[in-house]
Amino acid sequence: MKIKEIQDIIVEEFSLFEDWMQKYEYMIDLGKSIDLIKPTNKIDSNLIDGCQSKLWLYAELKHDKIIYTADSEAIITKGMAAILLRVFSNQTPEDILKADLDYIDQIGLKEHLSPTRANGLVSMIKQMKYYALAYSKK
Amino acid sequence: MALDINKIREDFPILKRKVNGNDFVYFDNAATSQKPNIVIDSIVDYYKNYNSNIHRGVHTVSQEATDAYEGARTKIQKHFNVKNSHEIIFTSGTTHSINIVANGFKDLLNKNDEIIISGLEHHSNIVPWQMMAEKNGAKIKVIPINKQGELNMEVYDSILNKNTKLVFVNHVSNALGTINPIKEIIEKAHKVKAAVLIDGAQAASHFKADFQELDVDFYTTSAHKLCGPTGVGILFGKEKWLNKMPPYQGGGEMISDVTFDKTTYADLPHKFEAGTPNVSGAIAFGVALDYLNSLGFDNINLYESSLLKYATKKLKTISGLKIYGDNENKTSVISFNVEGIHAYDIGTLLDKFGIAVRTGQHCAQPIMDHFEIPGTVRVSLAFYNTKKEIDKLYNSLKQAISMLS
Repeated sequence: MKIKEIQDIIVEEFSLFEDWMQKYEYMIDLGKSIDLIKPTNKIDSNLIDGCQSKLWLYAELKHDKIIYTADSEAIITKGMAAILLRVFSNQTPEDILKADLDYIDQIGLKEHLSPTRANGLVSMIKQMKYYALAYSKK
Repeated sequence: MALDINKIREDFPILKRKVNGNDFVYFDNAATSQKPNIVIDSIVDYYKNYNSNIHRGVHTVSQEATDAYEGARTKIQKHFNVKNSHEIIFTSGTTHSINIVANGFKDLLNKNDEIIISGLEHHSNIVPWQMMAEKNGAKIKVIPINKQGELNMEVYDSILNKNTKLVFVNHVSNALGTINPIKEIIEKAHKVKAAVLIDGAQAASHFKADFQELDVDFYTTSAHKLCGPTGVGILFGKEKWLNKMPPYQGGGEMISDVTFDKTTYADLPHKFEAGTPNVSGAIAFGVALDYLNSLGFDNINLYESSLLKYATKKLKTISGLKIYGDNENKTSVISFNVEGIHAYDIGTLLDKFGIAVRTGQHCAQPIMDHFEIPGTVRVSLAFYNTKKEIDKLYNSLKQAISMLS
């Protein structure tokens, strides 16, 4: 599935929720089912800067597509990371580089992507794009 | 006299706002206090009616501004029972004040000298001394803390010696709220002729310190912790120490005579107040002190203690909740974690309920390392908070925990 199609599905899923609590409960569930980073990759060099809770991200290329895995100590951060992984993982580096993140705004979770927020998610997106850039040049 | 909390809350316009659709509950008072109308109005009044640069002007409005600025200094002098008003230096806040002293001692110490700092320190209280020690080679020794988050005074006794030249301790710990035995610390330091700097940023809003009675050498605090504006604070220093220390910054106001060969420094306090100061901030600081004194620090302390007791008892009933630094001798701060849940998650959900708390290391990584935790949720209470708000915290916290487990 293309990035835009996945984003549309997520927007539709979130539109069903009536209040923030349902939304957050869903995000927490997503966090629990994240594509978990392998213990051998859960190392300091894969830590994302700028978070109050530790956040790890790893990427590898399989059949010309990037597979991202991640983990975080905080479950809400992990849920947000899962929402990003769902869109970007298993896509080509070129598509990842072109993709925008308007869907985060549409599902009402933009506040988590504020650059001043100490959850590291903005740095995580940057890191995902860096990986895509690096792999696109190989 | 008991405080009329409903009436007091009317003084703070921000307490009326909504956050995320809920009534705003502000429990981040240790980070900064909210401001009453009288303080906000004083800043507006200054800019509307008598804004002018101070000290140098011959004109009327400059004189009015100077009088108000110096009047604020006198208010602060009285509040802390300081002998001379020129022993109060206006700074941009606690961090600036500490840097003035650290810079001053850079030239006064050499490599055989030692300084002692407490294991309860805020980042801003550690870094300036490390920078100083890099220059003069002085050694830094640390007073460790025990399980209750209190300073280990036996270790203090053992590391204090004739080479100790300076002791730096915060009056109240930023992360835990622990009140340190500063009177004892000062007395013992003076026996070996060491000077003592107390960081009062977390203390001054809760109780009144008497600098002459404490016999403290340096004391610093920030106005914004005391219902005053950000960007202004004080450094108190005993005259003999302030005279010994070189100026921190060069600029206008701090000089009395300049030729191309030599500059003569101005008298205190101007020697340390280079450039145009934060005039409106200093004036508003004075107004904030007046406001707090009109309520009475004994009343504030009594009420905050009752809030702390109520909140501690209530939060302790939540299973898996652990309070750090849970001792008798502390200000109205509760630093806690819930087993299996990250502080950041709790803080994020409480914010959705309209409750502002702080999460993380509270700029005090050494303390977090001591407890071997990545951080805590910190609830810090002020005299304008209510038991009803604590009930709301309790209920919201329980909901958050059930969502997160």
